[in-house]
Amino acid sequence: MSAIAHDVHAGGHSPAPRRQPTGFGMLLYRMKKGLGSSTPYLMMLGVAFWIFAYWLLCEGLSLPRFEKIPGPVTLLSDWLSATPQQGTSIYTPDYYQHIWVSCRRIVIAFLLATALGVPLGLLMGWSRKVKDFTFPLFETLRPIPIMAWVPLAILMFAGYETPVIFLATLASFFATTLNTMLGVQSIDESYFRAAGCLGSRKRDVFWNVVVPGAMPYIFTGLQISIGVAWFSLVAAEMVSGDYGLGYLILSSYVNSVTVPMVIGMLTLGFVGWFSSAIVRFVGNRLMQWHVKALAMQGR
Amino acid sequence: MSAVTIDQTQTPPSRTFRRRSKFERAISSLGFWRGLAGILVFLVLWEAAAYLKTAADFTVPFFGKLPAPTLVAAAALEVVVQPGYWWSWVESFKRVLGGFIIAMILGIPFGLALAVNKYFRDVFFPPFEILRPIPPLAWVPASLIFWPTNEMSIIFVTFLGAFFTIVINVLGGARTIDVRYLRAAQSMGATQWHLFSRIILPGTLPSIFTGAAVGMGITWNVVLAAEMVSGGGSQAGGGLGFFIWSSYMGGSMEHIIVGMISIGIAGYLSSALIRWLGERAMPWQRAF
Amino acid sequence: MRPDVFSPGAVAAKGAISIRNVTKIYDPDGAQVMAVDNCSMDIAPGEVCMIVGPSGCGKTTLLNAIAGFHSITEGEIILDGVQLCGPRQPLATQSADRIVVFQNGALFPWKTLAENVAYGPMVQRRWPKAECMERARTALKEAGLGAVVDKYPGEVSSGMARRAEIVRALINDPKVLLLDEPYRAMDALTKQIMHEALLEMYDRTKVTIYFITHDLEEAIFLGDKVYVMTTRPCRVKKVIDVNLPRPRDYTTLTTEAFRLLVKEADEAVHEEALKAFKAGEREMA
Repeated sequence: MSAIAHDVHAGGHSPAPRRQPTGFGMLLYRMKKGLGSSTPYLMMLGVAFWIFAYWLLCEGLSLPRFEKIPGPVTLLSDWLSATPQQGTSIYTPDYYQHIWVSCRRIVIAFLLATALGVPLGLLMGWSRKVKDFTFPLFETLRPIPIMAWVPLAILMFAGYETPVIFLATLASFFATTLNTMLGVQSIDESYFRAAGCLGSRKRDVFWNVVVPGAMPYIFTGLQISIGVAWFSLVAAEMVSGDYGLGYLILSSYVNSVTVPMVIGMLTLGFVGWFSSAIVRFVGNRLMQWHVKALAMQGR
Repeated sequence: MSAVTIDQTQTPPSRTFRRRSKFERAISSLGFWRGLAGILVFLVLWEAAAYLKTAADFTVPFFGKLPAPTLVAAAALEVVVQPGYWWSWVESFKRVLGGFIIAMILGIPFGLALAVNKYFRDVFFPPFEILRPIPPLAWVPASLIFWPTNEMSIIFVTFLGAFFTIVINVLGGARTIDVRYLRAAQSMGATQWHLFSRIILPGTLPSIFTGAAVGMGITWNVVLAAEMVSGGGSQAGGGLGFFIWSSYMGGSMEHIIVGMISIGIAGYLSSALIRWLGERAMPWQRAF
Repeated sequence: MRPDVFSPGAVAAKGAISIRNVTKIYDPDGAQVMAVDNCSMDIAPGEVCMIVGPSGCGKTTLLNAIAGFHSITEGEIILDGVQLCGPRQPLATQSADRIVVFQNGALFPWKTLAENVAYGPMVQRRWPKAECMERARTALKEAGLGAVVDKYPGEVSSGMARRAEIVRALINDPKVLLLDEPYRAMDALTKQIMHEALLEMYDRTKVTIYFITHDLEEAIFLGDKVYVMTTRPCRVKKVIDVNLPRPRDYTTLTTEAFRLLVKEADEAVHEEALKAFKAGEREMA
């Protein structure tokens, strides 16, 4: 009994909670600790080694087939030059136009797929009936690779924009819906029971158990979904498009200019990475409980 | 050992009830019929949309442009008797399997090495992570330039598509192996090789198969894209992607849809194959 | 039942459960398994009733029937003269007058402890939202959890989480508290503190407690009555009246009367445990 009395005392005065170092302080601490080990130096060495190998193969030795690929020096000097020889650099407005068009398409497709996929997934996971009726149809369509939809999409929708957005939306929609559904199904039965005992109506269960409980899976799904959205966007832009990074890559290939092609690839990699970092950041922001629980388990 | 033999001599008590077979249970479950109903409703709506176009001259937005499912079925019946159609299956499967198997052969040891050796990871992981976000299809033109033949470049891109997924899964799987297993084995006097072959490798198998399943999906996408982009198989010799592309060029919607369904089936078969292999390779995981 | 020495203000005892001839048969894919066979028990209002029996014997099935998670096949269950479930209505309606504390804990991990405790009153519209939160904080403080009210369940120890879960149940003023081996995974020292905390909360609320456990000492230390159940199908094998004086504390554990009761229960349980083990072996073979 004494232990409890002591706790009451502590609780009553509620001492200021000790804050865990967060944000910048944590970053500094990690950097200091990291610089003490060999990891960052080896990583730099690794990257430098690969760039050197790349240069050696393509420019230093100009080995038979590698000579066709632009090496790091050619690539960087063109990318950063105000008067690029092959037409694309950070000074040409066209370059930003391509990035902007692709990003806009991704945002539209991603939001559309999320707005459709999350509610549908929640319903499929929550209601046996909805799942029974829709899931088999869903599973019949899902194995068809997104690429196979390309010609159909071009014929079904007019113009350049709609088919591309349709394809990206379709790909993310499958990923989002499936993960959301799995998320609801992964919620431990006892949370539903606890909510039931505490006098919840169906609506309360939905908003307080189904939605937050599925959240970690939803965000895993959204990360996958933005990845596949980029994947199919590139495919669609290559086949049909007037602008966009996929189009930049393919049109450079068709016009036999290799530097913009590689610039397009690297830009695509960066933008793709950045967009999934945003999704991850938003997810961690929304799920403090999840992040903290994982941190307590030392993960 | 003796305990085991004694156990085996005991006869299990006869059960008074009979377990129904999987098929029986599926047929008698409500879910099966509901699912069937869902698919049928979809097909009927699709047929109706196509019918409205011809009968009432009203085009349902988007779906109205599709040919009716009955027409698609007719086209499918006509196509499946042609040997050329089955050759495109063979061509696509050859490419998928080629790229996929190379990705497995290179990706699994690479992923394991990343997981096992810290220095190796420090040197090789950053460039890997830099290249990983580039969608595999973006590599298509570059590999068309680099490789001497179309066939090689298709296989190369296919390989890339599966490689990144497999490596990431192997790495993740190997790093989540419970340290207690390793310690238990060490306390029983296992050598380094035993730790690797008896614990790390089997401990990573589930992730390998997960990676393989995901990689297979990507592989199919990439093969189709490569077949479509690389000039529609002018010299690449068919493939299901080319089948769709040439139907598109010929403007035959029915054949496009037949091609899509064929690819869906092909993709499903390949992932079923991986699941089957996974069950064979990991008997301890069967109980779920 | 017992003098209200602890709360002279006296909360009226409530929550008489009577379980009459309940039978439960599970039917997964045609294999009929009888979990509970014609089981009856009468629990007086405000009684602490401990259910002991081998694993998988069907104790939890009874709990699920009372709480309204599972239907029963035959018989009826009555709470304060009102039938919860019976031949007409095999599945009881879930309601906040019977609250379960789960084996692995079911505090919502996505809500802080205070939000968890306030959840019940909030969805039942007992008080305005702000008041729900205020009362939840007060209740947690009274239970000695004042320092962690705004933490998530994943951030506190399992002992704290379990105490908070009991607070979450009791704030709804239930008639019956159903506990399904809540302290199973805890070490003996933590368990002891949990027991004392539970007894304290019990003394304040006088709620009827249906407590499932494997731990005989726990059963006798906490309970007014201990029901020893048979292995599957579940029936009452033996009822032990625990007339140890209250308040009880750790010194009770070393008294002669306590040891004798444990011995009595142990003999009954051991026999069933052996039977259950053999049955398990047969099933695996």
